Amino acid sequence: MFDSYRENTLRYHSERCFNCRRCTEVCPHGVFAAGDRFVECVRPEACMECGACALNCPVQAIEVESGVGCARAMIGAALRVKDMDSGVCGCGGDESSCCGGGQEEPSCCGDR
Amino acid sequence: MTADSRITATHRLDHFLARWGVDRMGHRVEPGLYSLGSPTPASPVFVSANYTLSFDALRSALTGHDGYILVLDTHGINVWCAAGKGTFGTDEVVGRIAATGLSSVVEHRTIILPQLGAAGVSAHEVLRRSGFRVTFGPVRARDLPAFLEAGAGTPEMRRVLFPFADRIVLAPMELVHAALPTAVAAVLLYLLAGPVAALGTLTAVLAGTVLFPALLPFIPTRDFSTKGLLLGGIVALPFAASLSGDPVLPGWANALLALAPLLLMPAVTAYLALNFTGSTPFTSRTGVKREIFRYVPVMAAMAVGGVVLILLLAAARMTGAI
Repeated sequence: MFDSYRENTLRYHSERCFNCRRCTEVCPHGVFAAGDRFVECVRPEACMECGACALNCPVQAIEVESGVGCARAMIGAALRVKDMDSGVCGCGGDESSCCGGGQEEPSCCGDR
Repeated sequence: MTADSRITATHRLDHFLARWGVDRMGHRVEPGLYSLGSPTPASPVFVSANYTLSFDALRSALTGHDGYILVLDTHGINVWCAAGKGTFGTDEVVGRIAATGLSSVVEHRTIILPQLGAAGVSAHEVLRRSGFRVTFGPVRARDLPAFLEAGAGTPEMRRVLFPFADRIVLAPMELVHAALPTAVAAVLLYLLAGPVAALGTLTAVLAGTVLFPALLPFIPTRDFSTKGLLLGGIVALPFAASLSGDPVLPGWANALLALAPLLLMPAVTAYLALNFTGSTPFTSRTGVKREIFRYVPVMAAMAVGGVVLILLLAAARMTGAI
């Protein structure tokens, strides 16, 4: 109940993994953990779909529809009758934005 | 270009203004290669964004260290947001390495990137295209000295956290975003329903923009919308009590007067709470989209219901029905 975050678009194909462990390094939520022969996906529900793992996997063992989880940007896109998924966040444009004004190191839009 | 690790009053003022959204896109550092301290060709190279808060966090964390800082052109956006947009990205890293002649400045072939830049930078692509090996440093610049000493990151350094201090510094920006519509709504409600209604507007907005970030992990449920509805409901209670206490009015009128803030205030607070998702480092797009479809219609219905009630009660007062 009241948890919209249990499912996401993260898909992991362990049979392609050659255990370079780059994903365990880049994931800020500890979704992947080192294993003996291949990396294990231990916290899939913690994934925020930032896409760092998929982008840094040399053998495409990880798939994720990456995007910014920012309601302000998505509602803004919907109101302008645009695709909600086109939603790059508004930060950087002239209009105001998510991205919380740039957190220290994270930020936002997670500025996000 | 050269940089040092000092943070002066001028820098702090710049940080303060950035937090309040003053000249939002103007807090920039010139992109390029900076020397920090007295680096040699063997010194490490750190990559940063050309946003003053990012650059200052990095250089101040490296007090007493010698090295190079490669500042990418992220258009004045922090590392995490810029990585999400792709401006803190593979192309920019490769291009900036070439433009600054980094390979003739240092003898090694390693660059250290902030971990949160990984959403925009593909390490193996950078290696293939530039010959430079990418090491992802810790999430937080302040962990860099320990990272450099150990030569690797610990699991704690690799996790993004969102403690109270990180949440509350975002409140000013949330307030600035909400300021204009809040002022308009407060004036309208003052004219229609009096000072208590205007105060209720301000309270709902403050709850959504300041209290919500402050209390985020302590409010029950995972969805931001339900957290906002709960928080908004709680702050609405005193308004419901004070508005409905008129002994001259019939019971049904008092009940409707109590219902108006209970409908309107949680809707406003929940909407602002939902909008805070973009400022957190843990909400997925899939989840946020689901929240929007689930709860925005509820919030809209509550808000419309509350407004209709206020208009009806105002009309009833004017016509002398109550």
